[in-house]
Amino acid sequence: MSEFEPKIVAFVCNWCTYAGADLTGTSRIKYATNVKIVRFPCTGRIDFMLLLKAFGEGADGIIISGCHPNDCHYTSGNFHARRRWVMFRGLMNFMGIDTRRVQFSWVSAAEGAKWAEIVNTTVDEVRELGPYTDYKKVADYLETEVTNG
Amino acid sequence: MVDVKKKAAELLSSEAVKVIIGYTEGTGGKPRAAFIQNVADVEKLIFNSQCVMNLAVYLTKAEIKKLGKPAIVAPVNVLRAIIQLAFEVQIQESDIVVLGITPDEKLVEFQSFAAIESYLEDFKMELDAKEKETLAKISGMSLEERWAYWTEELSECFKCYACRAACPMCYCHKCAVEQNKPQWIPVAAHQLGNMEWHIMRAMHLAGRCVNCDACHNACPKGINLNFLTKLMLADAQEQLGYTGPTLKEGNLLSTYNPNDQENFIK
Amino acid sequence: MTIEKYLVKKTSLPVLFDKIKASGKVVKAPKKKSHTTDFADVASFSEVTDDYIVTTQSAKSVAFPRVEKLFNYVKSKDGVQITDYALNAIPEVVMWGVRPCDAAGFDPLNAIFTWDINDVIFTTKLKKTTIIGFSCQNADENCFCTSVGGNPGSTQGSDILFTKLSSGDYLAEVISEKGKAIQALAPELFEAAPSEDKEQNLAKVDVKFTKEIIKEKVDKYFESDVWKEQAQRCIGCGTCAFVCPTCACFDIQDENHGKNGHRIRTWDSCCFSQFTLHTSGHNPRPTQDRRWRQRIMHKFSYMPDRINVYGCVGCGRCSRACPVDMNIAEHLTNISKM
Ligand code: SF4
Ligand code: SF4
Ligand code: SF4
Ligand code: SF4
Repeated sequence: MSEFEPKIVAFVCNWCTYAGADLTGTSRIKYATNVKIVRFPCTGRIDFMLLLKAFGEGADGIIISGCHPNDCHYTSGNFHARRRWVMFRGLMNFMGIDTRRVQFSWVSAAEGAKWAEIVNTTVDEVRELGPYTDYKKVADYLETEVTNG
Repeated sequence: MVDVKKKAAELLSSEAVKVIIGYTEGTGGKPRAAFIQNVADVEKLIFNSQCVMNLAVYLTKAEIKKLGKPAIVAPVNVLRAIIQLAFEVQIQESDIVVLGITPDEKLVEFQSFAAIESYLEDFKMELDAKEKETLAKISGMSLEERWAYWTEELSECFKCYACRAACPMCYCHKCAVEQNKPQWIPVAAHQLGNMEWHIMRAMHLAGRCVNCDACHNACPKGINLNFLTKLMLADAQEQLGYTGPTLKEGNLLSTYNPNDQENFIK
Repeated sequence: MTIEKYLVKKTSLPVLFDKIKASGKVVKAPKKKSHTTDFADVASFSEVTDDYIVTTQSAKSVAFPRVEKLFNYVKSKDGVQITDYALNAIPEVVMWGVRPCDAAGFDPLNAIFTWDINDVIFTTKLKKTTIIGFSCQNADENCFCTSVGGNPGSTQGSDILFTKLSSGDYLAEVISEKGKAIQALAPELFEAAPSEDKEQNLAKVDVKFTKEIIKEKVDKYFESDVWKEQAQRCIGCGTCAFVCPTCACFDIQDENHGKNGHRIRTWDSCCFSQFTLHTSGHNPRPTQDRRWRQRIMHKFSYMPDRINVYGCVGCGRCSRACPVDMNIAEHLTNISKM
């Protein structure tokens, strides 16, 4: 597995985690380069389906991160998101989608070091788990099968 | 049934309503939906334990609305759907008459949606032992087994959308699966299309589903898709204190509690 | 060719089945799945069931599957490269256990797929398909093949038709060259024809109406309220079309991944509310009664007018699968009495 470098997608909110990740950079904290950050206005805007789209396109792991409770720029977007993740994580788990590959976190604009740590541990954990092929196989179904009944 | 029929006849003859939505005898003696517009036809109404279709699905159909004000024969699953639909502002109190019916065919009259809500307090929306057992069985499988179970189960789906059409809560004129600017969920019934369709369906019903099983009963392929919504019902009850449809609080996923608990966010 | 009759012993059937499998052909046969009985790839004869009136889905998937990739494309600076459908990769398939109504359904399907242009994917698949029919000893209240020109022992569409006799052995009718080719795999199993009459070994299916009467009536009652009355409980799903052996409507979709993609066709249904929705927003069939009328008119008026074949073989699948018990035979019977 030493060759394997996990592909991680991070869906983050603009106001806290994105700013936090920015701080990680300006503070010159080194962290894993495996992560592609996608910026959203708010965690409340992160549709559950985006996680599946990421897995379908070949992500091995996903980070979802936004403002701590009570710090949401729009007051309650993260509270809504939290409920959604409680439900969606349970559903993914029940269906056999590997939730060990999905890391949820709260990272504020001041927590540059925490962001680096979240990314590093997620990358390590996913590296340990290996490439995520189950969902990709389903997504690529038509590449291999001509027809089905 | 006698008092239900009597009430239905009264409502029709006084023109208080134009149509009675109820059950009648269909193929092989099985029940089917009936839309009774003449007093003489009231006799055709039936009710028995096989009447499981959720008639509330018709309350939001434009073709049925055109018939005029309805009275609807409503066992508990229909009553739950009515409350949920009312909360979602899909039906108004003044637009329908609700003829509640007990398992032994007794009429229960309601003066308001609030009266339905308090009546439902005696019928807590809970999973029965068999449902819990199935949930436990699937949850008890390994990750790989669960994935294999669901990919196999959902690969049977040919996307006829009967489950959606039969669900009282799936009333959107344009469903998210039909959004194509840009394409969001693949249209085709291949593995990915089925997986995304079913996950989306389940999520859109989280905290809205009234656990009536109309979706599963409608499915020509017999798919256990209702266990996705049952799982979320169990999770919502356990983790978010959800109790069932209500006129008072917001929908589970359009509201929040600052004290909601979870154990997976770092 | 003229139909040749033989006796095939009950014990010979599995042997024949194994010979067909051994010849390298793909064999699909009715199989009990976790929730339904449907045609599926079967490994051995023991997986094949004969306990079904008809399968939930029709046999049409063999030539018209629910999803089919038509071609792949790659976009580049030099234009678009297309990898066409590999027609020569289509395998020889034997459909085992097809009911006479299902076998008859390939005629209207073929007529649709060849009426203006020849759909080579469909026709090639059909050409490579051999249909081994089994006539019906049992029917249910949804069957009405005899009202639309079929019958429980009809040879139409089959290459070989087996009929179970009172002894448990089978009358084998070899109908076509493809059927002969199957026989040639194990000629010793095809013994001298039995004397027993086929008719007495078939299910009884009452004639409720004739397709000609339905055509006459629907042509006359296009504007009638009957469609509204009948369609009241219809909830507009795609079930009836998807289980039907003759429904041929499909949607074309491009699925893109960056610069690569494929074009697919996928089943569609005239009962979906958006089936006829125009980009302008106008929908010429805005209500369910119009869609129900279309479903019946297409099968009983437009198809016979344009391609000289009716679009219903009376299998009753749509009635069995319909979530709201829209019993087509009952509706057609009522129309026939108008
Ligand atoms: S009713 Fe069944 S087959 Fe049809 S879309 Fe729903 S799950 Fe799929
Ligand atoms: S999802 Fe199924 S069980 Fe839930 S309300 Fe809809 S039809 Fe009923
Ligand atoms: S319309 Fe119904 S009865 Fe007629 S062929 Fe199709 S599925 Fe069978
Ligand atoms: S007739 Fe039945 S199967 Fe067909 S669209 Fe209507 S409800 Fe669905």
